[in-house]
Amino acid sequence: MSNAVSALQGALYKGYCTVEEAGLVGMITLRGDLSSDAIAKAVKAATGAEMPGQGKITEGAKGRAGWMSPDELLLIVDHAAAPKVVEAASKSLADEHSLIVNVSDARAVFRVKGAACREVIAKLSPADTAVMQPGMLRRTRVAQIPAAFYLEDDQTAVLVCFRSVAQYAFDLLADAARDGGEVGV
Amino acid sequence: MSTRLAKGGRLIDRTKPKNFTFNGKRMKGYDGDTLAAALLGEDQMLVGRSFKYHRPRGIVASGAEEPNALVNMGQGGRFEPNQRVTTTELFDGLTCTSQNHWPSLEFDVGVVNNYAARFLPAGFYYKTFMAPAPAWKHVFEPIIRKSAGLGKVPTEADVDRYEHFYHHTDVLVIGGGVAGLAAALAAGRSGAKVLVMEQTHHWGGRAPVDGGEIDGQTPDDWITATLAELEGMDNVTLRTRMMGAGVYDHGYALGYERVADHTPGDDRPRHRLWRIRAKQIVTATGAIERPLSFAGNDIPGVMLASAVRDYAVNWGVSVGDRTVVVTNNDDAYRTALVLKEAGLDVPVILDARDHSNGPLAEAARAAGIRVEVGKAIAKVNGGKRVTGVSICSQAGEGSAVEDIACDAVAMSGGWSPVVHLWSHCGGKLIWDDKQSHFRPDPDRAPTGHDGQSFVVTAGAASGAMSLADVLSDAYAAGQQAAKAAGGKAVRKAGPKADPEATQPMAPVWIMPQGAGHQKRMKMWLDYQNDVKVSDVQLAAREGYESVEHTKRYTTLGMATDQGKLSNINGLAILSDALGQPIPATGTTTFRPPYTPISFGAIVGEARHELFQPIRRTPMHKWHEDAGAYMEPVGHWRRPYCYAKPGETNEQAVHREVLNTREKLGLLDASTLGKLIVKGPDAGKFMDMMYTNMMSNLAVGKCRYGLMCSENGFLSDDGVVARIDEDTWLCHTTSGGADHIYAWMEEWLQTEWWDWKVYVANVTEQLAQVAVVGPNARKLLEKLGGMDVSKDALAFMQWKDGKIGEFDARVYRISFSGELSYEIAVPASQGRAFWDKLLEAGEEFGVMPYGTECLHIMRAEKGFIMIGDETDGTVIPQDLGLNWAISKKKEDFLGKRAQQRSHMSDPDRWKLVGLETLDGSVLPDGAYAVEDGENQYGHRNMIGRVTSTYYSPTLKKGIAMGLVKHGPDRMGDVLSFPTVDGSNTEIKARICDPVFFDKDGEKQNV
Repeated sequence: MSNAVSALQGALYKGYCTVEEAGLVGMITLRGDLSSDAIAKAVKAATGAEMPGQGKITEGAKGRAGWMSPDELLLIVDHAAAPKVVEAASKSLADEHSLIVNVSDARAVFRVKGAACREVIAKLSPADTAVMQPGMLRRTRVAQIPAAFYLEDDQTAVLVCFRSVAQYAFDLLADAARDGGEVGV
Repeated sequence: MSTRLAKGGRLIDRTKPKNFTFNGKRMKGYDGDTLAAALLGEDQMLVGRSFKYHRPRGIVASGAEEPNALVNMGQGGRFEPNQRVTTTELFDGLTCTSQNHWPSLEFDVGVVNNYAARFLPAGFYYKTFMAPAPAWKHVFEPIIRKSAGLGKVPTEADVDRYEHFYHHTDVLVIGGGVAGLAAALAAGRSGAKVLVMEQTHHWGGRAPVDGGEIDGQTPDDWITATLAELEGMDNVTLRTRMMGAGVYDHGYALGYERVADHTPGDDRPRHRLWRIRAKQIVTATGAIERPLSFAGNDIPGVMLASAVRDYAVNWGVSVGDRTVVVTNNDDAYRTALVLKEAGLDVPVILDARDHSNGPLAEAARAAGIRVEVGKAIAKVNGGKRVTGVSICSQAGEGSAVEDIACDAVAMSGGWSPVVHLWSHCGGKLIWDDKQSHFRPDPDRAPTGHDGQSFVVTAGAASGAMSLADVLSDAYAAGQQAAKAAGGKAVRKAGPKADPEATQPMAPVWIMPQGAGHQKRMKMWLDYQNDVKVSDVQLAAREGYESVEHTKRYTTLGMATDQGKLSNINGLAILSDALGQPIPATGTTTFRPPYTPISFGAIVGEARHELFQPIRRTPMHKWHEDAGAYMEPVGHWRRPYCYAKPGETNEQAVHREVLNTREKLGLLDASTLGKLIVKGPDAGKFMDMMYTNMMSNLAVGKCRYGLMCSENGFLSDDGVVARIDEDTWLCHTTSGGADHIYAWMEEWLQTEWWDWKVYVANVTEQLAQVAVVGPNARKLLEKLGGMDVSKDALAFMQWKDGKIGEFDARVYRISFSGELSYEIAVPASQGRAFWDKLLEAGEEFGVMPYGTECLHIMRAEKGFIMIGDETDGTVIPQDLGLNWAISKKKEDFLGKRAQQRSHMSDPDRWKLVGLETLDGSVLPDGAYAVEDGENQYGHRNMIGRVTSTYYSPTLKKGIAMGLVKHGPDRMGDVLSFPTVDGSNTEIKARICDPVFFDKDGEKQNV
């Protein structure tokens, strides 16, 4: 796996917020009946996190579980661990109608750090960023691409998009975070 | 002449002078000035020329309603035409030039139109340009193009940056005058989240100019105290320099924030477009004063009375030493009193009403000002500036009884509420006879999804005309909005002012009321577009009844100011000419934006690199570094070919084809769509999505499949692999991945919601490389790992394993006719894998190839391409793909449609190969013709070229096309007329579309 690189290999921009590509992040799409105990168990085994409710993201010892749709979760784990997590979850859910796929490399992940991290995203996304709190996950768009974001803490937003548009997303966030662009709401 | 007064000017700081230039002339103003105030302070009364007659134009207003004073602003990358000087803040180093004149503002040749004005009435263009047709191209259009327009078109790219900002709020208050502040106070006190926006850089609107007392304080003191209270509320956001541009469905509103117009070059975004979702919107947008229609009302120096007052009080600027005030209402008396107090002369107040005894009139008389009632202006004297007025009786035809010298005229025809934002989303108006204006009808407000009102007006925008009424209306509006948005009821009382006694205004639409044609031809309604009272009357005589038609015929209200001053006066004239009451005529439609907003603000960040997202594969940078010529495929950029130094793209493509056929080629196929379909019902689902049978595909095997729309048309194709008992992997076209994924989800979510199938789009998870050519196996064997021999991995099979150190899934599939492996590795390792293949393949003659090489190779093999052989009207049967349409299956998407008579018509054009008799390349899209003409007189057409290339392998042109009865006409020669003007035809013979290796021996080794 030494050959593995993320789309922008940790690109960094410092404006009135800092924008950094988060490097390789393990991500797994899990589709299934989210009310099933077996799936809750598989999520717990994979991440240590509880089953998230609608619009929520939970955190455990090994990762996070985000609610993406009524039948879809996003599991965030170590990049290197992702294939094994897929294997284990597939095995434990063999009798359950479900789909578990590794999408780690289909994505790019960015951290927007700073007191105004919500404001930077609000320049690009129609979501109400002011109501976002740690523990919430929002699927939305930034400018012309689909994206999702959540807050790690009050000053760190994590934004996920497709890998092929990583450069566009980074340029967008950097432009929004450029000094002089402070809105101050 | 206009000048800066020695004292006064509540908005300027005289210790901070600002230098600027107008038409190259150095001028000086002060911090806090608008450009209009600074120009007037320097006696620049003439600021431009009108659109049609090139009449001299001066500043007429003091705010957003200004029709005349537009200038070319800035230079180079900051040049922008048609900027209103009344809404432009002065800054040091500002440069501007006047518009629409040649050679100079003072001496303009175009003014000849003015003398020909009698020949250029309303509808002149429509009447003149009817015929003859060639005259339009050769005579009219060149002339109009030369004379049209106001400012110049920028010649350099905009150097500033712009951005959007999304904001959600309970209550949005548009307007920061005392009404807006009172409404914000009510809403803020309720605990609702409030955003207040004010288009100028100062709060309070015109209340401080007009005077009065609020809660026992001066308006200025009350504004300061109120702002302090609002700033202390966490739930209230205050923004200046931000205009409410538009109100749309569902509480959506646009705010146009001019962040850095007054500080150019400071690296802040110039404009920020706020895209706001509000539960409730309060429009506290004030009112606009109406001009009066008298002869010569457009001469520089004739201004709105309120503007004259604003310039004196706000900026310490006198518009003239001697100002005649002409009015039909009490409010204009305030202007006379302000001027008198500033030590200026008001020779007379002409009041068109037949008596005048309100408190303001009495105060004017007490100040020693001569007041003439029942009097009017017969005409204004002067050319480029006012020199005097002739006065007459309002009731008569305009015989002058007295000439009075003056250098300014302050006019007031009453006030119209700014109803634009209320009206944008469907708010209706009612005619107020007492005030002679349209005002919002609170019973017919714009309504949201729940049928409830989401806009409420406040203050003068509601039609409240006294300070006391404005405050009580606005506070109530704020309370109402906050309550509707879910806020708590507010107990605390709102601000109050004492009621004032006023004498009712009298509607005056023409001055004097019996003015003859000569005078009416000099009464301007629309200053910018040169529409006069006589033009509207002419339109009515010519049969125009609808106000919307009259607007377009006369161009009334069609200028950049959208008729803020002219609309009501114009439709009053039209109503009079049609002999009907004004409300029967109605208004034209109010559309956003309220005043023009910049294209930059609309575009936001979407410029340059951010214009559009470009999708990049993990190997993208390698392609760029290799100098690949890239082409767009959907949002992807893919290498078309990799030209070497000294090579043309065409030569590069030919080299790539031959090298791949003879040695080894690599294609970055990562853009191919990859969808995983899994579940107990996945086989059933796959059989519905594809025309051929997919449920019986054995695990470990691949099958080429076709997908059709429900109307039977071929929409996508690709190779499907069976991964395990209930999992399939579908390859789609590069451009089709997202669409096909959505297509599958739609059927699963809306039609077959009870089928147990999940789909995931893993297109970007995998980098995919096609290793193609006779040496393909040698390269993979060199790298080691899994067995890729013919026996271990036969044609149309796939296997998971290692290629070298890489985890890979290898498909033995071929789109080129060569021995070919498509290898998928995790995208994070795609670049490393690509590098490894190139390095290890060197000894086997490896070269990367691009999309054009791919196209040629597939055409040589007769493989179709979605988008070339298909165009949304082609069914698989047209392409001879019947073998891929299952006859066993009960159903699949498109099956029924393909049984329709038109779809099974034997006359449908069908796919064949085409080879020119002389070996040349057929033009793409060329049509095959036969003798005779169709019902439209067109040559009969019997086919067209869908793909055409020079084949470097076969050393001749090859093509595919759809031809009527084509497969039954093998060997026939068709004629393809050229469209290059040579009037020649190319002859091509119908042949098998498979030009190369018909038996597939090369790929099956």
